[in-house]
Amino acid sequence: MSSIPRPAWGYGPRVIPGPSAAPSSSPWIDLDSASARPLHPAAREALLLAHEHGYADPRRLHHAGRRARQLLDNAREVVASCLGARPDEVTFTGSGTEAVHRGLLGLARGRRRAGGVVAHTAVEHSAVLHAADFSAAEHGTTTRVVDVDPGGRVDLDALAAALEPRDVALLAVQGANHEVGTRQPLADVARLAAAYGDVPLLVDACASVGWEPLPAEWSVAAASAHKWGGPPGVGVLAVRKGARWRDPSPADDRGDRRALGFEDVPGAFASAAALQAVLAESEESGRRVAALVDRLRTEVPRLVPDVDVVGDPVHRLPHLLTFSCLYVEGEALVTALDGAGFGIGSGSACTASTHEPSHVLAAMGALTHGNVRLSLHPGTREEDVDRFLAVLPGIVARLRADVGL
Amino acid sequence: MSAAPFAGSPGVAVDEELDCRGLPCPAPVLALAKAARGRGDGAAGAVLAVVAEDPAARVDVPAWCRMRGHAYLGADAADDGVARHVVRLGGAV
Repeated sequence: MSSIPRPAWGYGPRVIPGPSAAPSSSPWIDLDSASARPLHPAAREALLLAHEHGYADPRRLHHAGRRARQLLDNAREVVASCLGARPDEVTFTGSGTEAVHRGLLGLARGRRRAGGVVAHTAVEHSAVLHAADFSAAEHGTTTRVVDVDPGGRVDLDALAAALEPRDVALLAVQGANHEVGTRQPLADVARLAAAYGDVPLLVDACASVGWEPLPAEWSVAAASAHKWGGPPGVGVLAVRKGARWRDPSPADDRGDRRALGFEDVPGAFASAAALQAVLAESEESGRRVAALVDRLRTEVPRLVPDVDVVGDPVHRLPHLLTFSCLYVEGEALVTALDGAGFGIGSGSACTASTHEPSHVLAAMGALTHGNVRLSLHPGTREEDVDRFLAVLPGIVARLRADVGL
Repeated sequence: MSAAPFAGSPGVAVDEELDCRGLPCPAPVLALAKAARGRGDGAAGAVLAVVAEDPAARVDVPAWCRMRGHAYLGADAADDGVARHVVRLGGAV
């Protein structure tokens, strides 16, 4: 037998053997799937196949070019059908961030005459915030931030007030939040956006695609393949036919007029295979993982005193749970849990390169220190959750004792 | 030297001011929690202030109040312009 651990994604538990010094009875468990997931087996197979048969320039008219074109078209069709889009509305980008940036800047450009305001909720991904800042600095737009409630849902009265002056070029509202899992009421948002002068909606769906269907209300949508088990370095930019989107980048001569440069055909093909596979499994895996998250959501505040469970209790993604522990540093918690065999995310300031607390947690009024984001994956087992619940109270108590509380 | 009264609300005297200048998150909340505990049973009603540059304090001091049953009165500025967060302790510390 090979000694290389088999990446067991989709076939069973996803575990990485602990450090060789440690006994192998407690494998390291990745509970950070919202950051990245390993390649889905379907993607691995598709990637190898497409590297072999889809290496050529899809614009070329010769045999190899036509094969690459066929794989790219196939990938586009599959992703379009998974997202509820038309194939000609879908473009593969280099990342979810690139899709968000070009989606936002393209709508701002296309709607220049309609208004100079870029509006977004206070809990959008930093890709939206940075694109809005860039647009303000380079193109003179102004940015209007719409408040959310303590659960992270957009305040619809505040949204109506933000749209009321009818100077909004575009409105960015994510499908669901990447840090706390809260889903936005996109149908209500879209109704308001339509009522105040047909404002186009940019839906950043990076956190939710792969777990649930993309709601239909977008003018432009963005997604990211490594979050659903595709390879890293592949994003999706979907632009509705008829949307007032004008390419903010220099033109290129590709078949897809929105594509920039030589397409990553193997990456696109593997991403499509992974998306199709995870969506086929998502109803079952979503239900199973949601039950585990429900248990964590109940048990964590029961077992650990002074915990702030963050996010909307009802309208949320199935696989994600965020909570903050009073008096504890997020970085210390990440390190201690890693030592105990769990990989987790954190939005605490000390874990960020900027040393600023998460703007998402801040907008919700949630405690920002001692923050833990758990994101489960289809391979997470009941016993992983049992063990997490067994080690967490002791770790938090020890860290609190270390600071005298 | 006694602390300056809270500028955000006339007539609110500050019983104790904590200096967390230069300290990172979560030091301001730790300092408040320890000062509150130090007051024991007589804590309720006392007004504490914490001076801190830590950007997380703006969010975490009100969140601490919400979680521990205290009242967040607001923020003003110390003489050197650094933000000062003011709370009135509730019953539980």
